[in-house]
Amino acid sequence: MRSSRGKERLIALVVLAVVLFTPPMVLLFDSPSETGISRLALYLFMAWGLVIALAAWLLEHPSEK
Amino acid sequence: MRTDAVVLTVAFGYLALLFVIAAWGDRRAEQGRSLIGSPTVYALSIAVYCTAWTFYGSVGRAAQFGPSFLLIYLGPTLAMLIAPFVIRKMVRIASAQRITSIADFISARYGKSASLGALVAIIALIGITPYIALQLKAITVSHAVLVNYPLAAEASIADESFWADKSFWVALVLAVFIILFGTRHLDASERHEGMVAAIAFESIIKLVAFLSVGIFTLFVMFNGPGDLFARVAATPELAGALSLDAVPGGATGWVGMLVLAMLAFITLPRQFQVMVVENVDERHIKRASWLFPLYLLAINVLVIPIAMAGMLLMSNGTDPDSFVLTLPLSAGLGGLPLLVFIGGLSAATSMVIVETIALSTMVSNQLVMPLLLRSRLLHLGSRGQLAGWLLGIRRVAIVLILLLGYLYHALIGDSYSLVTIGLVSFAAACQFAPAMLIGMYWRGATRDGAGLGLIAGTLIWAWTLLIPGFAQSGWLDAGFLEQGPWGLEWLRPYALFGLDTLDIYSHSLLWSLSANVGLLVGISLFSRQTPLEQTQAALFTEAMHPGLVQTTLWQGKTTRGELRALLDRYLGAGATARVFAGGPAASVSTAEPPPRDDQPASSALIARAEQALSGALGNASARVLINSLVRGEALDMESILSILDTTSETLEVNRRLEQKSSELARASEELRAANERLRELDRLKDEFVAMVSHELRTPLTSIRAFAEILRDSHALPEEKRVHFLDVVVLESQRLSRLIEEILDLARLESGRLTLEPQRLDLVALARHSVDAVHRLQENRGVVLEVAIEVDRAQVIGDPDRLEQVIINLLDNAGKFADHDAPRVRLRLYRHKTHYRLAVEDNGPGIAEDERERVFEKFHQIQRPGESADKTRGRPRGSGLGLPISRGIIAHLGGRLWVENASFLGGACLVMELPEAPSISSEEAQQE
Repeated sequence: MRSSRGKERLIALVVLAVVLFTPPMVLLFDSPSETGISRLALYLFMAWGLVIALAAWLLEHPSEK
Repeated sequence: MRTDAVVLTVAFGYLALLFVIAAWGDRRAEQGRSLIGSPTVYALSIAVYCTAWTFYGSVGRAAQFGPSFLLIYLGPTLAMLIAPFVIRKMVRIASAQRITSIADFISARYGKSASLGALVAIIALIGITPYIALQLKAITVSHAVLVNYPLAAEASIADESFWADKSFWVALVLAVFIILFGTRHLDASERHEGMVAAIAFESIIKLVAFLSVGIFTLFVMFNGPGDLFARVAATPELAGALSLDAVPGGATGWVGMLVLAMLAFITLPRQFQVMVVENVDERHIKRASWLFPLYLLAINVLVIPIAMAGMLLMSNGTDPDSFVLTLPLSAGLGGLPLLVFIGGLSAATSMVIVETIALSTMVSNQLVMPLLLRSRLLHLGSRGQLAGWLLGIRRVAIVLILLLGYLYHALIGDSYSLVTIGLVSFAAACQFAPAMLIGMYWRGATRDGAGLGLIAGTLIWAWTLLIPGFAQSGWLDAGFLEQGPWGLEWLRPYALFGLDTLDIYSHSLLWSLSANVGLLVGISLFSRQTPLEQTQAALFTEAMHPGLVQTTLWQGKTTRGELRALLDRYLGAGATARVFAGGPAASVSTAEPPPRDDQPASSALIARAEQALSGALGNASARVLINSLVRGEALDMESILSILDTTSETLEVNRRLEQKSSELARASEELRAANERLRELDRLKDEFVAMVSHELRTPLTSIRAFAEILRDSHALPEEKRVHFLDVVVLESQRLSRLIEEILDLARLESGRLTLEPQRLDLVALARHSVDAVHRLQENRGVVLEVAIEVDRAQVIGDPDRLEQVIINLLDNAGKFADHDAPRVRLRLYRHKTHYRLAVEDNGPGIAEDERERVFEKFHQIQRPGESADKTRGRPRGSGLGLPISRGIIAHLGGRLWVENASFLGGACLVMELPEAPSISSEEAQQE
């Protein structure tokens, strides 16, 4: 995390997470699927998992110096 | 299986296990083999965030409000993503200033203000105690559900007296636990390793318990998620439960809740305790910032299936908050409900333990100590006595806080649902966020601004959330909710200033945080900081600055004896000895006699003493104590200025200057190198001229000598005359060859060598060259072997020049081959996209360090072991052949170098040329 590039990447990830977790995006997925159940929860869990996976990759992967 | 005795045995057995783990953790810490020195344990201890509210309440919230329960965990996920910036800075500050609680943190930031610390402690106490009550309530309710099922839980709770209430006894056991493992040392900034180990263990238990219920529900009660959701879809009133419409406040409510959870995660006292105070190693934050969100994801992933299953299978009267228990109970199981109960117990107890430690530290250090310090009473205390008192205060605080929580639960807890209390507490903790976060990044935030912001924010919070809550419990007339107090409609708690489009939490958060931030910024812009405040602000905002020096702020105006007495009174003899022994002075003074007690204390010692006191009593009290002892101008203005200086813009300017000067140094270094190179070239030029003159003079001298003989000696025999004339001709040839070479070299070096590159076949050229030298070599007795391994070798080159190079190589090899049985071998082969022509001999070879020098001008290889006599028999080279060859080859885009001969064992000169790009046959014909 010492390298500024690593910091920039992490900040970009935070921005991505905020975009994924807040209304414009959330509203987009708040639509009923074929079964009539909203896709929202499924979308949230997938977005959440994606953010965690990216964070893990970013923070554990030693940034090249 | 579900008898009360079994449940109680298991529950208290579980608590006993916690004692064992904590005791083990403390023991390992004493032995220096810490249990908690791993990022995973750190992440698990942060999971104290998941309380009974998560364990039981998430399902309830999912059943009522759809996916909005996830916001409580998405917020912390966002907060953890920025943890490598924010939390790391907090940890850095806390360890530098020995900060022990969030109240201490805010008080220290704003000039170690005792009043601000007290304010934060009171707000925390008001805001968080209901949350503790909530945990105790969860224990009571879950126990009742477990024992009474299928009867309703309320049936037994209503007529129970407190000694039959299990949560009362649990609270008591927890009090003992916290006193044992939370107040072992006086220094609260020291880690409670045993406690943290137990918390991490509890986090595992609650996760396992919750996942077990989820998996049981999904795969035993239903045939996997497909089956469950098919049945949900078939039930019309459930199908819409997962959409955003179910979320209170819709899209704005969504954002409000996300912000609320994110801020609360950072500012809840228990989170501050585990994340900042108990942090062992800054580097753990990195791992935790993705591992903890992963934990949250895992504990939430099965919430929706459980909630849906509960709504499908349970009768309408069942409380959704207890679906986690009632689902396995309804399936007639015995063991699983017990596991769930233990999971809920672990979630509740872990929260109660950490929160109580955090609150008790605040109460003792920020509320009780400052009061005691004001009374004269304490100053009379004798040696070591106050240390015991301090621990006593903290222990009493622990019992009182738990008692308060229990009373809250017993008296008014029933009127709230679990989630309501949790979110109200969250909103209270959020009030700390502006003072903390803005204070960490904006140096200009002042104590007055922070204090007023906190007060205003908290009052609005109380008016919009806490008091309406009381009203809804029936404690107050609920009329003012609708009409506003005294008929003032714009003061309605749920629609302040007429804003009624938001859900109550977003509404409260919006107004309270606006007032809080507004006052903090506004007042700060129009008030002045004291010097101490300025210093602390600089130390906080620039905590990550590499140039930050923790200079000591005190000027030594007290004696060591007085200082020792002060520390003795408050910390006890052991801690005092450590303070006096620590620091660099100790190692130096071994030879000298130890300083006497009537000598003045050094400023470093005073600073260490203040730090030690801060760890035990809080920053504000420590400052008061040191102030009372250090006479005169206590604060060292010069150190303050130096701190402000190191952190201000001058440092930035300095950094830039440094960068510039290093650039300058680099440039001058480059200049120096260039200059040296020029000198070297100049020297080489002189040498070259000398060499050339020498080389030219040798044949010239002999020509002249023989010509003179011919001119002067008329009686020479004919045969001798012919011989002399031959010599003259030979030497002239040599001379003109030499001049030709020198001209070549000059052209090469100036870049004016005209080559006529064309496509040619190196095989043909090599054979041609071999033929040219064959006769000559044969005359010298040299055996010439030719190994051409390719049929065609198309390269681009000037045929005449290339032939000159090959002949030169063969000629050289012949000269340096073995004296008695000279052998030379030419090999032409392909190497990747290049053709290589290697000429080797069976001579002595060329030493490693000589290999590049043979390409220097006029370099003559001395053949080892041969006298000058013997060499004379051989033709001598001018010493220009190889440099010219290398120049020509380089011009054609190839390379020429020396390596070990692989076949004959002597030197091997390799010439490499790139393969010519293939051309179509048509073009080839045109050529």
